[in-house]
Parts: sequence; C-alpha cells; structure tokens
Amino acid sequence: MRNNDGWGVNERLAKVDPHRVDLVALYRSMLRIRTIEEEIAARYGEQKMRCPVHLSIGQEAVAVGVSAALTAADQVVSTHRCHAHYLAKGGDLTAMLSELMGKTTGCCGGRGGSMHLFDLKAGMLLSLPIVAASIPVGVGAALAFKQEGKPNVAVIYLGDASLEEGVYHESANFAALKKLPVIFMCENNLYSVYTNLQDRQPPRPLTELGRAHGMPTAHIDGNDVQAVHRATVAAVARARAGDGPTFIQADTYRWREHCGPNYDNDYGYRTVEEFTQWRDRDPIARLHTELLALGQLDTATENTMKAEFDAEVTQAFGAAEAAPMPVPGADGVGLYA
Amino acid sequence: MPEPRIITAAEAVREALDLALSQRSDTYLLGEGVADPGGIFGTTKGLVDQYGPDRVVEMPVAENGLTGIAIGSALMGRRPIMTHQRIDFALLCIEQLFNTAAKSHYVTNGAHRVPLTVRMVIGRGWGQGPQHSQSLEAMFAAVPGLKVAMPSTPADFKGMLLASIEDDNPVIFIEHRWLHYVSGDVPTGWYTAPLDGPRKVHSGDRATIVANSYMTLEALRAVTALAKRGCEVDLFDLRVLRPLNLSAILDSVRRTGRLIVCDTGWKTLGLGAEIVAQTVEGAHDALKRAPIRIGLPDYPTPSSLSLAEAYYPGSVDIIAAVQKLCDLKEDDAAAAREEVVALRQGVPIDKPDPAFKGPF
Ligand SMILES: Cc1ncc(C[n+]2csc(CCOP(=O)(O)OP(=O)(O)O)c2C)c(N)n1
Ligand SMILES: [Mg+2]
Repeated sequence: MRNNDGWGVNERLAKVDPHRVDLVALYRSMLRIRTIEEEIAARYGEQKMRCPVHLSIGQEAVAVGVSAALTAADQVVSTHRCHAHYLAKGGDLTAMLSELMGKTTGCCGGRGGSMHLFDLKAGMLLSLPIVAASIPVGVGAALAFKQEGKPNVAVIYLGDASLEEGVYHESANFAALKKLPVIFMCENNLYSVYTNLQDRQPPRPLTELGRAHGMPTAHIDGNDVQAVHRATVAAVARARAGDGPTFIQADTYRWREHCGPNYDNDYGYRTVEEFTQWRDRDPIARLHTELLALGQLDTATENTMKAEFDAEVTQAFGAAEAAPMPVPGADGVGLYA
Repeated sequence: MPEPRIITAAEAVREALDLALSQRSDTYLLGEGVADPGGIFGTTKGLVDQYGPDRVVEMPVAENGLTGIAIGSALMGRRPIMTHQRIDFALLCIEQLFNTAAKSHYVTNGAHRVPLTVRMVIGRGWGQGPQHSQSLEAMFAAVPGLKVAMPSTPADFKGMLLASIEDDNPVIFIEHRWLHYVSGDVPTGWYTAPLDGPRKVHSGDRATIVANSYMTLEALRAVTALAKRGCEVDLFDLRVLRPLNLSAILDSVRRTGRLIVCDTGWKTLGLGAEIVAQTVEGAHDALKRAPIRIGLPDYPTPSSLSLAEAYYPGSVDIIAAVQKLCDLKEDDAAAAREEVVALRQGVPIDKPDPAFKGPF
C-alpha cells in the first residue's frame, strides 16, 4: 500500500480495519493545539515563561492522530517537544502553562519546566528532555501492562535523532522479544536541532530500524492526521491482541526554531523552499479543505470553534499568571517518596 | 608591556580550537552542533568551513558510542576534542569515560595513551531545570585516571584548553555557560596554562577562600567588597579538580586558620568535602574555626525562578561565611552585602550577572 508521496504501510497493518473516525474531532484537537502554541509564541517575549520551549507547530497531526486511537488508561511518553503530545492526550492546559511560568499550579509545581510535562489522569506518564531517555520508560510502562494483564498500550513518541542512541535499540530489542504492547511512534521532522538527518544517518529507511528488531513497521505521512490515526489504530489492535510492538515512521516538519518562539529559516541550515513546501502541507489546512468538501464544517462552526479556543486560552493564561510562585521549602523538598 | 587584548572566554575557546586544528594535524573536533550555524555557543563557529567536515565532525546523537570511537582513535594517536552542549548529556558517556578512557593507561601498564579532551558545558539559567543545568564536576573528578579542568578566566579558557589538548591523558574540560560571556586579557598565539593547581586571585590574612569556575567570580565580588571594609582574605581559583593539588591552599590555611570552600556543585559529597577533608588531614592544628562549605542543596535544580533563587548560593552567602568565621562587624558585612547586591542591578537569578562582563 503506497500513496504517491512514497509512503507505505506494512501489509499486516493494512489488513486491519480502520475505526470510523470523527474527523471534526481530529480537526478540533489540532486547531486547539495550534491556537495554544501560537499564543505561547506570541507571549514568550513577555518573559513570564522563563524556560526553554520546543514548539510542535506543524507537527500536530501526529499527536492528534495517535491520541484519538487511545484511551485515558493507555500511556504516552514524550520528549523535550512534548506540548502537542500532552495536550492531545488530554493534559490539563492550565497546569501546562503554569509549569512554563514556574507556578505552584504547574504539573511539576514549577520544578520541571516545559520539557517535563506529564498528566497522570490523562495517561501522559512523563516527558524527558534527554534524547531517547523516555524510550525505555515507555517500554517499561508496556511491561507493567503485560505483567498485570491489562489491555492497555504504551506509545513512545521519539524524534528521528533518538534512533541514533543505543538505548533505542536496547529498548526495541526487549519490546519485540517480550511482545510488549508498545508503539514506537517516530516523528521524523528531518532535523536534530540544526543538523539534517542525512548528516547523521546513512541513507536507509528509518523503518529498517524497526524491522531489524523484528517489528512490523509503517511509514506514513505524518501531516495526514487520518493516516496517523489509521496506522495507530492498527498498531494498537496488534498490541492489545498480544502481538507485540509496532514501529511507525511519521514524516513531518517543525515550522519554528528548534527551541524558542521564532522562525529560523534565515539561519542557513534549511532552505526557505523546503520550509514553504512543508508549510503548504499544513496538517490543519489539509483537513480543513477536506472537511469543507465533505460538508462537515462550515464557516459558522469554525468561527465558534476558534472563539471557544481563544476564550479557553485567554482563561488558562490568566489562571496561570494569577497563580502563585512556589515558596522554596514550603511544601518540603520532596526528594524521596 | 603589550596592549591588553580583551576578548570573551567563548572567543578564547574558539581561538584555542582554531590553533589546535591549524597547528596539530592529529586533532579533530567531534560533537553535536560543532559544525552547525550555532557552533556550540560560538566556540566552534565557522571552523568547519576552514578545516572541513573530517576535522570538524558533526556527530549523530549517540554520545556513548562516539566517546568510545573517540577513545579508539586516540589509542591510535589521534587527539579528539569532543564537545557536549550540556554536561548532562555526557552522562551517557560515563561508561566509556570511566571504564575505558580512565583506565587504559594504567591497565596496560603504560602501553596505552588516551589523549582525549572532552568539553562539557554547565547550562545554568533560564529555567533549564533538573536535566539541563547540573554541575557534575565532582562526579568526574572522583575517577582516578581522568583529569578535570575548570577554568574561570578567558586566558585560562584558552591556555588550559590547549594544555588539555597537549595532554596525553583524558581531560574533562568543564565550561560554565555564564563564563562564556566574560571577557579578559588573552594572549595571542599558542600558549598553555598548565593543569597543575590553583591560582591565587586575591591576598589577605583573615581567611582562605577556595572557589571554582563561576563561583570564583561570585567569590571575587565578595572579596572585593570585603577588602573595602578592611577584611582581606586569600582567594584561590581551584582551576584543576584532578589531579587535586592543595599545597598552596594548605599553606594559606596554616596562615589564616580559616577555610571557606564555595563551588558550583552539590555540597554533600562534593568538592568542598574533599578540600576540607584534606585540609583537616594536613593542617588541622592550624584551624581556628570549623571550615565552611558553600554549595548546592541536596535536591535537583528546579526550573521555576522562585525556586532557583533559593537554590543558588552567591556572593552574599560568601560574605555571610566570612562574617561568621572572621567575626566581622555587622555594619561592615551589611555594607559589603549591599554593594554586591547593587552590582547585580536587580537582574533575576536565572540570567547572567551584568557585573560579570569583565574584563577580569
Ligand atoms: C542525550 C542528549 N544529547 C543531546 C541533547 C540535545 N538535544 C536536545 S533536542 C535535540 C534534537 C533531537 O532531535 P529529535 O530527536 O529528532 O527531536 P526534535 O527536536 O526534532 O523534535 C538534541 C540533540 C539532549 N537533550 N540529550
Ligand atoms: Mg527531529
């Protein structure tokens, strides 16, 4: 199964029937995340969010397509670039913005900052800023599911660069060996900071790194939320059936700088043409066009949606700003359980 | 006397690397970002254009493997200079560093040499938090077979880096990010600042202060303010954590009878613990007061500004320690405190101190 962009889905995955999917819900989730992150970018200069931020703008389809295939009890783990993963899984918005502002109401009480987002209620187990560090942790969550006989799945979001770390291979080997209910969701946005994939890895499909560990793989257009969703549904079905892990490569693109609120196309590590090509493949605009054609969206609905998100974001920023800064020592140090 | 040449520590590092690449064909740079447009906070900027991608090697995100690869090439006579943008990332390399690099020369009864330099940056500031701003120097310094250098002045950044590159042993070269901005007089051309021991920064008889890296600047500010109030102390910039040469410091303590150690790392089991222990072993009869250690409290670096304020000790804490050890009058201590606080110009603790621009 191959579309004309060269993406292909492994035979075994293609046989699984995709769920019927609520496209408007996918659209809403992507638009909401975009609205939130655009607002973070717009307000970053106020210096109230005093920590690094790695925005997911442009990559929303992966997080949203994946989360729509999961339940709250399923777990996801993420990286430094965790905003979209957290929000799509149902992470609390005020707790996220508060964390960026170092407030008591932050998900980490201000201790972690933007790269440590988690929400236990939402099944967002953790985010870790050390490249590939969360991969084995996600496998461990899957191990717990298996040991406890639970029907749940763990999804590991990993960047293209994390495949270069030894710990990816150690984790993938074990996950496949033990047939653990886990999905390696590799977001290939072509870059590690300013370094292109081709300067870091030999020219071979990333999916080979899943196949080498005995996993079925899929290579999908990560800016097509429906493709992401289909592939995840198939992988989740495999995992829940006890058939073990799946590796999915989702090609996508980060619009803004690696870390921070700005665009950095003038920096010289990537071309404006490349950026423009990917921006034109905006996952949100694409689904928008499709929904209009399907008659599932109209301007009035869209405007209501936008107003709703604007209000939610304004409210959440207000709540985060109004929340107190932590008082050192007030809650004890809490170093040990 | 030639005119002083004032450049920043980041520029000094770049100059050292440029010299190493141009004058020694056995050297090469290796790291994530060494050949990218940012060039490791400017310290490697443009070098790939000059020396090409075989000498300035942009590496995959694979720290432990590449450390072993660097060690293998070093055994064959190359002089790799590896860089980590955060010391926290170097945690992935400690297997190769501790087991292979640190032990090869000893285990082979002197047959192997590992002339490897590993630059690691402490990324303090701007809410970097628990895994991007650690000060792990004591951990590296705990391992026999490694050398650990921590410069504080721009001249030492260049001279000690060249000394590390010339050294036939694995040298961990730890750069505090905030020192990159500091400027000072840096000689041109190739020179080395030996990895042999501390440098005396200020002289006085009342107490002995030992600081390292960024804390040397905090201590210098405190010492300068105290000196204006007639309290003169010895201040040492430790420079080299291993091999640890404390003879000048012990001599000083024998004179002052009072010791304060302030370093960038955790206080418990940190540098201060070793320095106090060696001082007690070697000069306990000279000590008039119990030594004071100033370091980070026993928990990870918090991201939040208000928590970071409580986390990082600075010149105010050093003044308080001197006041306690030297029975300083409260008026004098308060005046010194006010002076150092004013120098910070109210800049929040998560940003570099404007008073530390130099030249030093
Ligand atoms: C072990 C380790 N090495 C280096 C870094 C610095 N670093 C932070 S993000 C990043 C790029 C990671 O690229 P990728 O995994 O593709 O994720 P992306 O940023 O593209 O989302 C690097 C190298 C780190 N955080 N951890
Ligand atoms: Mg990437």
